[in-house]
Parts: sequence; C-alpha cells; structure tokens
Amino acid sequence: MLAFLIFLGLLLTYMILAVYAERKVSAFIQDRLGPMEIGWYGIGQTVADLIKLLQKEDIVPERADKWPFLAAPMIIFVAVFAGFAVMPLTPDLQGSDAAVGVFYLLAIISIDIIGLLMAGWSSNNKYSLLGAMRSIAQIISYEVPVGLAVICAAVYCQTLDLQAISFQQGIWIHEYPGYAQETNYLFGLRSLGIDVTQVGGFLTWNVVRMPLFFVVYVIFFIATLAECNRAPFDIPEAESELVGGFHTEYSGFRWAILFLAEYGMMLLLTMLGAVLFLGGWNTPLPNIGPVKLAFWTSGAPGTVYGNLTGAFWLVTKAFGGIFVQMWVRWTYPRLRVDQLMYLCWKVLTPACLILLFLSAVWRLLG
Amino acid sequence: MSLVTLLFYVFALLTVGSALGVLLFRNVLYAAFTLLLTFLGLAGLYVLAGADLLAVIQIVIYVGGILVLLVFGVMLTQRTSQEYPASRSHNHLLGLLVAGGLFTLFLIMIVQVNAEHLGWIASASSNAAGQQSTLAGIGLKLMTDAVLPFEVAGILLLIALIGAAYIAGKGQNR
Repeated sequence: MLAFLIFLGLLLTYMILAVYAERKVSAFIQDRLGPMEIGWYGIGQTVADLIKLLQKEDIVPERADKWPFLAAPMIIFVAVFAGFAVMPLTPDLQGSDAAVGVFYLLAIISIDIIGLLMAGWSSNNKYSLLGAMRSIAQIISYEVPVGLAVICAAVYCQTLDLQAISFQQGIWIHEYPGYAQETNYLFGLRSLGIDVTQVGGFLTWNVVRMPLFFVVYVIFFIATLAECNRAPFDIPEAESELVGGFHTEYSGFRWAILFLAEYGMMLLLTMLGAVLFLGGWNTPLPNIGPVKLAFWTSGAPGTVYGNLTGAFWLVTKAFGGIFVQMWVRWTYPRLRVDQLMYLCWKVLTPACLILLFLSAVWRLLG
Repeated sequence: MSLVTLLFYVFALLTVGSALGVLLFRNVLYAAFTLLLTFLGLAGLYVLAGADLLAVIQIVIYVGGILVLLVFGVMLTQRTSQEYPASRSHNHLLGLLVAGGLFTLFLIMIVQVNAEHLGWIASASSNAAGQQSTLAGIGLKLMTDAVLPFEVAGILLLIALIGAAYIAGKGQNR
C-alpha cells in the first residue's frame, strides 16, 4: 500500500516536472526560451496548464462509441501504472517481490495495446484509427528487442526478481537472502581475480560486470523509445500527419490521463533500464581505498538513510535516461514506417539474439 | 471469510460475468474487449491457485498476442459504413442440447465425487501450495526432464513463423 501511494505521488510530481522539462529542453535545443511567464523561468507553467485541463468539458464525440471511448484512457493508465508494482525503488520498498518480477512487468504493459486500440477505434476518426494501427504495429514489433534485451540481463543475473538484480549490482549484495557467499569480480571474470564486492560503485553495475551489456542497453534504450511512441519513433502521433494519433478526439481530463500514461511509460521503462543495466538504486561512486564513497553515499538496507539514497539514485538515473530521450526527440527526424521495421527486425533483433548467446557464455566464463 | 476467499469470489465473478458478456454482446469488438476481462480474471484465479508463472504466461499469450490479433483482424476486415461487425447465432436447439447435456454431466460429477477421499486434494491443501513460486521448478523441469518436447515445440513454432513470413511475402517478390 505504501509503495502504491509513493509511486502514485512520484508519478504525478514527475509528470509536472517532465512536461516542463520537455518544453524547456526543446526550447534550449532550438535556441529559444520556452515558457517564461508563470513564476521564475516559467516554472509554474505546467501547474497552470493542468488546472486549465481539469476545468475543460469532458467531450465525447457524437458518433464515437461511448463506453470504449470513456474506458480506454483508464485501461492505458492502469496497465502502465501496474508495471510499477514490481519496481524496487529502494532496498526495502517494492510493491510485490513476486519471483516472476520483470516477466510480469512486460506482460502487464502489453495490456496497454488493447487500450490504444480501444481509444483509436472508438473515436470514429480516421486519424485516430490510423494512429492506433501504427502505434500497435510498432509496439508489438519492438516488444521483441525489448524482451530479448531483458532476457540478456535475466540470463546473466540468473533471476527475474528486480530486487535481486538490484542487490547483485552493489556493495550490499550479502544482505540479500541467498547471496551471502556471492562475490563480484571485475568484468564478471573470476580468472582476472580482482574482487570488487566491497568496492561497489559503477564497477559492480551490470554494464561493467558484462561489458557487452552496454550494447544491450543501447538496444534496449532504442526499443523503449519506440515502445513509448517517442520521437524518432513517433509515427503513431506524428503531429504533422495525423493531428495527434490515437488521442486526437480526447480533451480535458481524459487527455491528461493519456498524457500521464505516456510519461509514466517513459519513467517505467527508463527505470527498468536503470535497474537491469545501471545498478538500480546502487550508488555510482566506488570505495577507493580509505575513501569509502560507496558506503558514504548509500546507506545499509533497512535504514532510513539507505532508503533515501536508494530512491535518490534510482530516480536520478531514470531522470537521466528521460533527459536523453528528450534530447533524442529534438535532435533526430522521424523515421519512415519501412525504416522502422527494418531497424527492428533486421538490426536490433538479430543483434539481440547474438548478444543473448554471448551473455550466456559470459555467465559460464565468470 | 478470509481475504483470499474474497479475492477468489471477485475474480470468479469477473471471469464468469465477462464470459457472459462475450457471449451476449452482438458487437464483435465489445465481445473482444470483455474477453480482456475474462483473461485477466482467469490470470487472477491462477495466481490464487499458486500458479504465478502460468498467470503471467496467460496474460502474455492471450492478452498480448491472441486478443490483439483478434481485434486487429476484426478492425481490418469489417466496419463498412457505420454498421458494427455483428455476430449472429445459429443452431439454437442443438447448441442448447449440447450445453445443457454438458452442464448436467458436470453437475452430476461434482455432486457424486467424494472430495475427502481424493489423495491429491488432501495433499494440495496440506502442503503450502501458493506460498512458493513455481518459476524455478518449471524452469528446471523444462531444461531437464522435458527438454526434448520443449525444443521440438520451439522448432515447430519457428517453422510456423518462417512459413507465415513466406506466405505473407509471396506476392511482393514477383
């Protein structure tokens, strides 16, 4: 219950910040100022926009299919929010410690596709329907590289539980039940003989434990951009072609919910990437000799300090990922549909299959 | 009534109610959307029965795969003008007979069976079913005792995939 409330609060705060950040980042990249009127540097702009949105009339188009139209935003949001249930925000805070962990996460966010279809179809608008079709073709295709990249990490960590994966990548590995005897070697290779279990920091992250995971992370990142319908994979929403894609007919509160779900998806997937590859809630700073940076910047599990630093590091990593997503959005042009499918099926998927094989080999070497 | 029992009734009601909706809606898309609730309710029932992996697989395959394909198929093939794609019912009498017959058969079986004397029911209620994840057990079994059927199924699916891609791409290559 606590995790539910914390994640809901986090998501709402994050959305207000993210919309503001998106406008400011895009403005600075395009060498303009962005919102400047409300508050210092326009900081209150999103809150004002939100108040405006909530006051708007809840319009249902006359020829729309009423009940699916009304239900679709809720389904999309619930599907995305349910994904946070297995996300370990701190060493002690995780909604559910189910053993199926990340597999459940991938399963539950696939319900979002049904919501998109419902929204696009029931709007009874050709732009909505086209947007929904494109969106679904894209999400279904890119679920393959995302799934394979997640399997790479799961094969290497030998578990699907995100909390166990988080513990493996830091100095508190011995605190997790069953890992008391585990040792982390540099690059995951026992033969190198460099024990980094007590050094921690970025040296025990999955990207360093298995150096090829950097490539896997890049693939995961590209594929999650497509999963979130973010540019350069924003053909489902392509403002210049489709008005707004599947949410063309939505306004007011329901449109805000759709937006919340979209930004929530970004947060969920960047957080997942951070947990799988970038050490989760572990600190990036290693212990260097007597300078115990890792111990200073991440408290023991079970203490208040440990939870605060854990949440701080995970949220920081996720926000970093979201910043890169925004940066990419305002840098690259939109892909064509055939380029999109080429990238997914002929580049990312084969690369992921090879990397999956190499991850298993690396596990056997280590 | 414990929380688990209450949850069981909630999920059972969801499953049965939405299954009725699937049958009674004339609009095929409404039926497909209520089928989503049926699958989710069923996944909930699996979790309550201690089959956590099966529940997730149920969602991945049926909601993420089959249901999407179904809705896609309906949307791409139907919907000319404003008419919604409707399902019609045929063979009322025969359907009623088959359904009624099956129902009485199951009812007689349930009434006549003596649950206390069945070994597996007693063992399932005595050991801590549902307390432990089935994930590791299923994984180990698949990689040891059942590795041949597992691989054969994998190859079969691969062949089906290649065949589907070949048939779909046939027109474009010439």
